Amino acid sequence: MTAEADNAAAGPAEVEPITGRRRRSRLSRAAMALRKAPLSAKFGLIVILAYVFVAVFANWLAPYGESEIVGAQYEVWSDKFFFGTDQIGRDMLSRLIYGARNTIGIAFLTTALAFVLGSMLGLLASVVGGWLDQGLARLVDVLMAIPGLIFALVLLSIFGTSVVNLILIIAVLDSTRVFRLCRAVAMNVVVMDFVEAARLQGEKLPWIMAREVLPNIMPPMVAEFGLRFCFVFLTIAALSFLGLGIQPPTADWGSMVRENATLINYGDITPLLPAGAIALLTVSVNFVVDWFLHMSSGLRDEH
Amino acid sequence: MHPLLRTVLQRLALGLLTLWVVSLIVFAMVEMLPGNFAQAVLGQSATPEAVENFNKRAGLDRPVLERYAEWMAGAVQGDFGVTFSSLTNTGGTVRTVASVIGPRLANTLFLGCTVAVVAVPLALILGLLAALYRNSVFDRLVNLTTLTSISVPEFLVGYILMLFLAVRNPWFYSLATVDSETSFWQHIARIGLPVLTLVLVIVAHMMRMTRAAIINLLASPFVEMARLKGMPPSRVIWHHALPNAWAPIANVIALNLAYLVVGVVVVEVVFAYPGIGHLMVTAVQTRDIPVVQACAIIFALVYILLNLLADIVSIATNPRLLHPR
Repeated sequence: MTAEADNAAAGPAEVEPITGRRRRSRLSRAAMALRKAPLSAKFGLIVILAYVFVAVFANWLAPYGESEIVGAQYEVWSDKFFFGTDQIGRDMLSRLIYGARNTIGIAFLTTALAFVLGSMLGLLASVVGGWLDQGLARLVDVLMAIPGLIFALVLLSIFGTSVVNLILIIAVLDSTRVFRLCRAVAMNVVVMDFVEAARLQGEKLPWIMAREVLPNIMPPMVAEFGLRFCFVFLTIAALSFLGLGIQPPTADWGSMVRENATLINYGDITPLLPAGAIALLTVSVNFVVDWFLHMSSGLRDEH
Repeated sequence: MHPLLRTVLQRLALGLLTLWVVSLIVFAMVEMLPGNFAQAVLGQSATPEAVENFNKRAGLDRPVLERYAEWMAGAVQGDFGVTFSSLTNTGGTVRTVASVIGPRLANTLFLGCTVAVVAVPLALILGLLAALYRNSVFDRLVNLTTLTSISVPEFLVGYILMLFLAVRNPWFYSLATVDSETSFWQHIARIGLPVLTLVLVIVAHMMRMTRAAIINLLASPFVEMARLKGMPPSRVIWHHALPNAWAPIANVIALNLAYLVVGVVVVEVVFAYPGIGHLMVTAVQTRDIPVVQACAIIFALVYILLNLLADIVSIATNPRLLHPR
């Protein structure tokens, strides 16, 4: 299947079969690629792993509870409260650690949902074609005619602000972008002979979508997942910052910035910590995605 | 009819159609609301009489189509109805959405135009330089800043600037509070930090896209030909490359100005600037649907217009696009 995939839109240099037959060689190849990775990608990977570690073991790492009031309002940095306390006396460091779990978890869930929805519809549109394809494409065009944040604001005002609403709304809005990419890439694969052969062989629609087309569009989709994760992460952070995303008392970086923003006026940098945590993660993911794109295709303009 | 004019009219019609569908969606979403809307706005403790009264005053007891037609007819003339917030407290004065939005829209447009005036020339010059001296230290620096600035949330940029340029060194106003009394120059001085934040956020992106567009052009055969016949580099740039670069550059500019639409919402909240983005966020919190609808339509209109403008500029400067395949 590698040869056919070379002609696909993004021109992936190699498509690894998703079967487990060549597990060992794949692992060693990955290790080799990792050794040759540029410094920025290694840095990104390490940061992402550290974030995941903190998110998973938040319960053990945090010195205090998530919404436990342990001190006075806005205490300064000290041995007892490493980064001080917030506007109602909760430990900032603990909230940062729990925030990793909540913020990253919700963003990841949203992105995953957007991908399931977007790529399924995208595959369906490209494989079935005809009026279904046209209808979905026009619908997506209209949804993309307004900026996502504005649409999200309208939907949140109607359905109210809760985490479930937030995840669903952002996932649906974001799936339009996934749909676009998936459809565009899959269109190039659908016209190939092996798909035609599978059709003539009488394979059912789910088989063609999942086993014939999907493996051949994986590399651009994986890269897109990274980029979309950053985008979703920033959108949710922005909404939380506006007070419309993740609601208190859940610890979340976006709303933590908002709640402690007044400290800026006294020259205190504490409110910048959660914002910095957001920025560091998105930069790291971008570094890794850049490297991945560079490896899997010639998308970079370096002559 | 001139083919260019026809294409422009076609695009305009398409844009209007999109706007109409958007208005339909924005309006219909309220109807999809589960349960009783008045109850949700007034709270669980509202008496049935209060709910009925609210429904009557907001016109929610009439059929959907009738309300949509009335809303649409009003919206075209700039009248978006009455705010819910003035309906919930019985006996208060009724405030129209237009009277709430009007001055704030002017503020936001002022902010957006100032950002555009600063950011567009800056981004074009830097992008051109990065393309000409690519793979130099300058180019690397540009790449790194772009990557960083597209991954950093706007509020972080805003607060960092506020901390260092307003609090620790009092060079700028930390809050952009203005009212109708503020004079023009005072207004400019007040919005210094919001403008700087937005410029930083969009310049990087615009610069990177300009750079890509120009690099693409410089690799094309006609530029190579011009170079091979010994033409001075400045003439190659100004007479061969740039005339062909206008279409992609127009696209870049429109795309990023459209991105401003999203950027202003967050930045206005950070600096407490009384603009339409700030208004929309407040309206969403208080679930003042007419205001949210009006803001969404205005944002969509600006967004669609900017994209339309980019389309028209690229068609006007590249006649090949008049004849789609």
